[in-house]
Amino acid sequence: MNELLDPLLLSRWQFGLTTIYHFLFVPLTIGMATTVAIFQTAWVRTGKVHYLQMTQFFGKIFLINFAMGVVTGIVQEFQFGMNWSDYSRFVGDVFGAPLALEGLLAFFFEATFIGLWIFGWDKLSPKIHLLTIWAAAIGSILSAYFIIAANAFMQNPVGFQINEERGRAELTSIVDVLTNKVALAAFPHTIFACFMVSAGLVITVAAYHLSRNQHLDTMKPALKFGLWTMLIAGALTTLAGDQLSLAMVQTQPMKMAAAEAMYHTSTGADASFSIFTLGTPDGVHELFSIRIPYLLSFLSTHTFNGTVEGINDLQAQYVQLYGPGDYTPIIWVTYWSFRWMIGLGIFHILVALTGLWLTRKGRMPEQKWVWKIAIWSFPASLAAMIVGWVFTEMGRQPWLVFGLLKTADGVSPNITGLDVLISLIAFTAVYGTLAVVEFKLIKKAAQKGPDDAPAVDEESGIHQPVTTVY
Amino acid sequence: MDLGILWFWIVAFFFVGYFVLDGFDFGVGMSLPFLGKDDTDRRVIINTIGPVWDLNETWVIVAGAALFAAFPEWYATLFSGFYLPLLLILLALIIRGVSFEYRHQRPEASWKKRFDTMIIVGSAIPALLWGVAFANIVQGVPLDADHNYIGGFFALLNPYALLGGLTTLLLFFTHGVIFVSLKTDGELRERARKLAARSGIATILVAATFLAWTVLAHPEKSGVVIGAAAAAVLLILAYVANALGKEGRAFALMAATIAAAVLTLFVALFPAVMPASNDPANSLTIANASSTQYTLEVMSWVAVIALPLILLYQGWTYWVFRKRVSRSHIETAAH
Repeated sequence: MNELLDPLLLSRWQFGLTTIYHFLFVPLTIGMATTVAIFQTAWVRTGKVHYLQMTQFFGKIFLINFAMGVVTGIVQEFQFGMNWSDYSRFVGDVFGAPLALEGLLAFFFEATFIGLWIFGWDKLSPKIHLLTIWAAAIGSILSAYFIIAANAFMQNPVGFQINEERGRAELTSIVDVLTNKVALAAFPHTIFACFMVSAGLVITVAAYHLSRNQHLDTMKPALKFGLWTMLIAGALTTLAGDQLSLAMVQTQPMKMAAAEAMYHTSTGADASFSIFTLGTPDGVHELFSIRIPYLLSFLSTHTFNGTVEGINDLQAQYVQLYGPGDYTPIIWVTYWSFRWMIGLGIFHILVALTGLWLTRKGRMPEQKWVWKIAIWSFPASLAAMIVGWVFTEMGRQPWLVFGLLKTADGVSPNITGLDVLISLIAFTAVYGTLAVVEFKLIKKAAQKGPDDAPAVDEESGIHQPVTTVY
Repeated sequence: MDLGILWFWIVAFFFVGYFVLDGFDFGVGMSLPFLGKDDTDRRVIINTIGPVWDLNETWVIVAGAALFAAFPEWYATLFSGFYLPLLLILLALIIRGVSFEYRHQRPEASWKKRFDTMIIVGSAIPALLWGVAFANIVQGVPLDADHNYIGGFFALLNPYALLGGLTTLLLFFTHGVIFVSLKTDGELRERARKLAARSGIATILVAATFLAWTVLAHPEKSGVVIGAAAAAVLLILAYVANALGKEGRAFALMAATIAAAVLTLFVALFPAVMPASNDPANSLTIANASSTQYTLEVMSWVAVIALPLILLYQGWTYWVFRKRVSRSHIETAAH
């Protein structure tokens, strides 16, 4: 019973659950804001009404999703203080700054212009109205940068010194914090992955309607757009991911070793990448695996005869450096989340390539199975995003800030297990209920398809979009 | 210049902004059962804040981030100490925010009623609990030598704090109802004006008691007396303006009342940020809670550049949506 009421364990579960939940909405907000902005730009430039229909249709799905992203985001900011007050005291001087910069420079901007976009259809000229959605999209991307810079400090702390007397990390260079090499690689990796998620949504929705032979005038261009975005964003996510793994090997070698469940330091052909492994649950004993020689060496060092450090050697080094303790993440989590992330990424690039081939020169595939696979694009791309973050955060364990503060030392000392149990149950119940409502509403809006084209306004000679109100 | 002091007032500014702006959102939400006679009325009421509730709510996120960055110790003590009230505020803000968006997604009356209830509850809880929280901060709470709160949940529900909660609840309610009268027309506008006249009396009585208590608790600070007196006078002027049907003036005076009341609390607090009620040695002050001068310098530069722009584009938003929302506008528009 006491173990069940451990505030540390419960706080970790709560942070994990609420963060994953929040991040179901964030990538869609970032990706869809830009997607909708592109559709609207196409409408303003060409005047073709199907672009307006696409803008309003995908805009509606975007908005149902957006509100959830906003309200679950507040929880994220409050939780650092509520559940991780010792962490907040320790890093606030450094970690707080990017969060404050996010608020001042990005979040206000995004929230203001999204309101102008939703309700401004009949109050702003088409060009100014178009600028508001671009402003919201840029705000959301900028926001992601500051948050990732803050997260990167936890992976690879830079730009600080330790004040022994105050017992805290103090900022010495904001530039170093904002140009952390982990942030510089993780930011494009995350943003392009967000575009994969929004492309996934567009493909799923378009495939649903096209397989039923309906809304062809809007869904055919939507599908084409989704497939190209997926292909380009997929390629860029891969390239940025490659840079990120190089940075990871330099800054958190244990995470790379844990990603591969590699216990012994290996060089060249021995530094192989296993596609699939069967082993005992602790991951120590391998029964069967399919391996590609040299690949891990290449991923880690960009050479074929590089040396990749193993878990056992790193553990020994860390004991020397930081004192006795277990410095190994949970291996099966890191091993499988890393593989699922890569595997789902490859799946999406294959979907995009196959889709572009099958729809070349305006063709529409007849085979039912093609559509059935395409419809999985959205859930699969979200899943890839989530397992990627699970890998990043679980691979950092047992550290909260790598090398400086362990997760166990960051939790609020004055909250009880009961407090956290209450909040965990409350969040789970509210988030669970809202997830059901949210899913049904998005599904309903997506299945309904775009509205009919609005009438042409006699004065201006353009299609007059209808106003949105609550 | 001591940047810690500057950031104390910047944090105060963000909370003033938050309470003035999201304050009327809460009031608008709470007014639904009193003013919304039918579905169209309720939609008119919700649409008065439709384009702005999200940016208003963002003020609390920025206030929280500024607190975290400028006063990590204050942020850590406050948020971990007030764990359960903040949990309730978070849950309320969540259900309120999604309800605005979900409510109009389906036509059934039962569906709309469910989200109306969530808007009302989700507005009332933060309106009450923010007052409870701030009154507790000003009054002081028991802290240990590491500045961790040691009082438990029920110690937060003391008479002064509950009176503070009731004060913000009523201030925000009247503020929101006056906002409805400013942003609607016809019968609804008139009903809102009358309701504000009635709730205004209760607001004046409760707020005056709370302000007087605050003054008596800080006899050494003349700033508290001045702030409290200013808040009281502004509130009475707002009441008079509403009675005379000058909605714009009444709204501006209510905003000024809330700003004066919040500033009074910050004046009462200064230079402490979390006074310890058990042992003054355990108190958190600007000096022992703030970040380094370098961090504050970086943020000061960003704030100096960003704040005028923020006020400019937010002001522009209010200008774009300056028109009153009417029943006919709602009935002809798409969902």
